[in-house]
Amino acid sequence: MLQILASDGKTASVSPQQNQYREAFRWMMFGRLLDDKFATLYRGGKIHGGVFIGRGQEAVSVSLGLSLRKGDIFAPLIRDLSGRLAFGEPILDAVRTYLGSALGPMRGRDGNVHRGRPKEGLLPMISHLGAMIPVVNGMLLARRFQKREGVGATCLGEGGTSTGAFHEALNQAAVEKLPLILVVANNQFAYSTPSSRQFACETLVDKAVGYGVEGHDLDGTDLSACLKTMGQAVASARNGGGPQLIVAKLLRLCGHGEHDDAHYIDPKLKDSPCGRDCMAVAEEFLLAQKLADATTIASWRNDFQQQIEEAVAKVQREAGPDPFKETWQAISSTHLMELHNAIGSNE
Amino acid sequence: MITYLEAIREAQAKALADDPRVYIYGQDVGAFGGAFKATKNLAKEFPGRVLDAPISEDAILGSAVGAAIEGMRPIIEMQFADFSTVGLNQIINNAATLFWRTNVSCPITIRLPSGGTSGSGPFHSQNMEALYAHYPGLIVMTPGTVEDAYSMLLEAVAIDDPVIFCEHKYLYYHLKADKLPTEAMPVGKARIARSGRDLTIVTYSAMLHEALAVAEELASEGTEIEVVDLRSVKPLDTDTVIASVARTGKLLVVGETFPWGGVTAEVIARVATEAFDLLDVPPQRLNAKDTPVPFHPNLWAAHRPTARSIAVAARNLLRS
Repeated sequence: MLQILASDGKTASVSPQQNQYREAFRWMMFGRLLDDKFATLYRGGKIHGGVFIGRGQEAVSVSLGLSLRKGDIFAPLIRDLSGRLAFGEPILDAVRTYLGSALGPMRGRDGNVHRGRPKEGLLPMISHLGAMIPVVNGMLLARRFQKREGVGATCLGEGGTSTGAFHEALNQAAVEKLPLILVVANNQFAYSTPSSRQFACETLVDKAVGYGVEGHDLDGTDLSACLKTMGQAVASARNGGGPQLIVAKLLRLCGHGEHDDAHYIDPKLKDSPCGRDCMAVAEEFLLAQKLADATTIASWRNDFQQQIEEAVAKVQREAGPDPFKETWQAISSTHLMELHNAIGSNE
Repeated sequence: MITYLEAIREAQAKALADDPRVYIYGQDVGAFGGAFKATKNLAKEFPGRVLDAPISEDAILGSAVGAAIEGMRPIIEMQFADFSTVGLNQIINNAATLFWRTNVSCPITIRLPSGGTSGSGPFHSQNMEALYAHYPGLIVMTPGTVEDAYSMLLEAVAIDDPVIFCEHKYLYYHLKADKLPTEAMPVGKARIARSGRDLTIVTYSAMLHEALAVAEELASEGTEIEVVDLRSVKPLDTDTVIASVARTGKLLVVGETFPWGGVTAEVIARVATEAFDLLDVPPQRLNAKDTPVPFHPNLWAAHRPTARSIAVAARNLLRS
């Protein structure tokens, strides 16, 4: 049992599970607040390109990020800011990439959700859905050759399960018995397309049987369920149980991107159990279980907001990439650079 | 004697023996030894390092990108070049963009059994070099000799970038050399395959041998044709091409694949923009017809350039 000092100065005994819940909630809050900041900056015209936020998916994303260890592999998707933070991505990587700082990991060459540090196990997604799954498979295959440990996780929406890449990669992982954790957030809409136009099976987790992998169904609005199931699935993969397919049911509580008002989402769905806000559910649980009081939660919020404001203020003073200093070199073999690549190009 | 196909097999055996980071992954490459036997016995000689893959080109190529990130050097065999389009997304959007985006290099070799043989039809005959050369971030090799098939494949594995290795199926069994080379020209350098002063033919891969046959034929008529073998189409050795045009003043560029855009158009564009004054007559290009590759031998032989059609184009150029 850990002794946690509450804001009122009293100590309370909490179990490891309760402590994990509090930690998870804090990452969810951090991610939600940072997402909100990006949305505000976007509306203020301060962000190039689109902003895609994870509102409503924080419990799922954080549970995955927390279940992974340093040295594991994580290929997040567009709604995984919270999971990235929990996995260990520095807030500055996110802010720099969104604000186009040359100091960010992508140096202005790619932006926003397309950031990562491959050598540190955090993969930068491409836009084609399902395409990162086999990349994680390959990293796990390499580790098998190299006799190195670690699991690999990646995220997808229910729309991504309709791609050939999803099918090929999950089958490949199953054939090779790779420690892959594939998390599908069934948030009911792929952009504007409802699940009824996306798949016809009863539930997506049924697909696990077809691929010969372990399947897990969970309520994505319930942080306790997310932490428990995600922890079990990651442990199973780590212990030789092969690929894990996790399907979380929830509702996307925002547009596809900040350009989208999501008018097509039926209000009845918002009032249904899957339309619950995982943040509100978790906060209620924290208060009811006396894992934190309102003052403590408010202090967390203030602390995160301060970190976010500081990061944004710092990055807003950083320069963007300079096209005259750019190498414009797409291959690492400098000796094989096309000497005549100026032909017809914009020099 | 060693064939072009055996050279490819031997290069892979050497790569596996020399470098523990190398592995081979593709359909039927394991115990079966590959659809063309390019990996014959390698699974036995290198246990656990030559893996059969499911029929999943996207997953095969995507996994190669991941393995490369983790320090491996995968050699991927596409059973036929044509099938690489199923994994096109992984090649052009993951492999080819990785270094630019992240500063992490992506050393993968993608072997594409390419080109036509009679009876192979629209889906087992394609040449993809122009498609892949279009995208930044890829090296595209098109060896036309046994020696190059061997040395360039070894260099492909050693290069820190994704390499599209277009090996020509027609040359697999037809082309033979006395022995494997012990030294090689570097990738990125074109080769003067035959010297001449009257006309330059620039070509690569299987068309090299059609062009050389034409040069031989026209030599008996007193015409000296210089044949330039590009060896790799990306990088493209424009300097060697222009130096040849400076000697001959006449240029014919021959490619086996479809006419729209592509390698022949690129070569002519470069010569026209950089060395227009060296040309005595308008440069010409000869490609396959603008249709899918036909199945029947009568149609197939008329679809792609041959020594006969190249000779006609060469004579027309020489007369002009």
